[in-house]
Amino acid sequence: MAEEMRIVLRNYGKIDPLKIEDYIAAGGYKALEKAKGMGQQALIDEVKKSNLRGRGGAGFNTGMKWSFSYGIKTDQKYVVCNADEGEPGTYKDRIIMENDPQSVLEGMAICGYAIGANKGYIYCRGEYPCMVEMLNKAIDQAKAKGCLGDFDIEVRMGGGAYACGEESALIESIEGNRGEPRFKPPFPPVIGLWGKPTIVNNVETFANIPAIVDKGADWYKAIGNAKYPGTKVMTLTGDITNKTFVEVPTNTSIRQVLNDFGGGVAGGKKFKAVQIGGTSGGFIPEAFLDTQLNFDDMSAIGATLGSGAFFVMDESRDIVDVVARIAKFFAHESCGKCTPCREGTMRMEEIMERVNDRHGDAADLDRMGRLGRVMTKACLCGLGQAAPSPVLTTMQHFKDEYLSKFN
Amino acid sequence: MADYKDIINQYKDLPGGIIEAYHAVQREYSYIPEEAVEAAAAAFKRSKAEAYGVATFYSYLKVGKRGKNVIRICESAPCHVAGADAVIAALEKELGMKMGESTADGKFALELTECVGQCQATPVITINSKPYENVTADKVAAILTEYK
Ligand SMILES: Cc1cc2nc3c(=O)[nH]c(=O)nc-3n(C[C@H](O)[C@H](O)[C@H](O)COP(=O)(O)O)c2cc1C
Ligand code: FES
Repeated sequence: MAEEMRIVLRNYGKIDPLKIEDYIAAGGYKALEKAKGMGQQALIDEVKKSNLRGRGGAGFNTGMKWSFSYGIKTDQKYVVCNADEGEPGTYKDRIIMENDPQSVLEGMAICGYAIGANKGYIYCRGEYPCMVEMLNKAIDQAKAKGCLGDFDIEVRMGGGAYACGEESALIESIEGNRGEPRFKPPFPPVIGLWGKPTIVNNVETFANIPAIVDKGADWYKAIGNAKYPGTKVMTLTGDITNKTFVEVPTNTSIRQVLNDFGGGVAGGKKFKAVQIGGTSGGFIPEAFLDTQLNFDDMSAIGATLGSGAFFVMDESRDIVDVVARIAKFFAHESCGKCTPCREGTMRMEEIMERVNDRHGDAADLDRMGRLGRVMTKACLCGLGQAAPSPVLTTMQHFKDEYLSKFN
Repeated sequence: MADYKDIINQYKDLPGGIIEAYHAVQREYSYIPEEAVEAAAAAFKRSKAEAYGVATFYSYLKVGKRGKNVIRICESAPCHVAGADAVIAALEKELGMKMGESTADGKFALELTECVGQCQATPVITINSKPYENVTADKVAAILTEYK
């Protein structure tokens, strides 16, 4: 039986999230103090050495990212917490912020000290207005207690655009613009918010930071899978007995999460597929269930760890119907800036609808295969690049389901 | 009801604050009046085209009148397989209108949305951003009476 390990959810259920005294009594804000005693360079080296990799999906080494901004001499830098959480089937950032908002604020303040920024923003999705209120209360409490020092944090609300989860689109949105991604390079750590060096990290990434500073890089990097150490919070949805969230070490397998925490497929039905990492993730068949839940092992099977969404489908599900629904999502959420994504997601939806409605033919599969390959290479940002993944992986692993739509 | 101009002016010195201003207007009106977009353009020193471009980019923001209580139903994959279609049909029947419309009395607006981050209990609808979990067709009428 696999076991949970709570690092980012270390205070879950143990403290009153809106009582900063509880957080402090549980050791909160000691890490920030310790970080300031270490000095900026040593702090960044420690985070780098822990091999903490971003929990927002791209898996980039967090300390390395920070070092890019640290190295730049300028009058102003920013820290941005990505709480846009738009990936369908994902609610882990909400669980973290609802239960322990101070851990995220402390993580941001540590980053601010490390790179030399005195201003932070939390970009919280517009669908979470209660969360915005909570965060503002938590910030007020931290300021009143003087916990954040000279580091200021402001909350900004998103507007329901999935594309704004992409870090450069998110920056555009904070600046009050349409949430369209920027051309890269330059990357945000060099030229970000209002043209200044900006570190964008995910909520879960920031919540890990105080624990790493407190207990040290060596402690952290020994947890889970060495290539992507630590834990990952997963949210279990679909045809699974326990629709819940878990935080597991990154050497836990998909099967263990499905059975040990999820209680297996709901209603005693048989397993058909699981889609991990959100709606842009690949569909995974039974044969790969022993894969470990970390960035590299998931990539190796043509899937993603992504946001940690864990969407299970039982034997009765019509895969083509689900993928058609997903294709509509991408056509709706494409920001329209680049042609391969704007036109590609629309055509993909059109073809998937046609196939799902039994009006397609085998040539449609070739069309989608080609279109998908072009989008993966030619789209400007991760939205369009990843959008074909559900189509391509299901054509690979569940081809019979498509063929049955042509009879 | 507070004047949208006064609401917008509270944000005019906030860098990039036009989206915050739109949210604030929408909290009061449930939508963004067309004229408020022009007022925002003036307050934030942006062209009308830009102010309109921003307001219409975000699906959570709605330019132009709609019903007071905004009902949104999640149609993302986890809610879809949990039976969102049946809930959509029940909502349309109960309110006598289609997705994207508002009731004649101005009380309700009905919209589709993507995941609202409450996937622990699908299907999910939100009314004025308050989530309702595990919604089924037969629960719809009772939920709506809270707002009638
Ligand atoms: C279309 C799209 C949506 C994204 N949505 C999110 C999101 O909701 N939350 C998030 O943290 N990262 C999201 N990302 C990833 C961010 O661009 C970025 O890599 C991340 O915030 C960096 O933080 P990390 O290094 O801590 O993971 C998204 C990327 C793309 C392309
Ligand atoms: S999928 Fe419907 S609320 Fe997340």
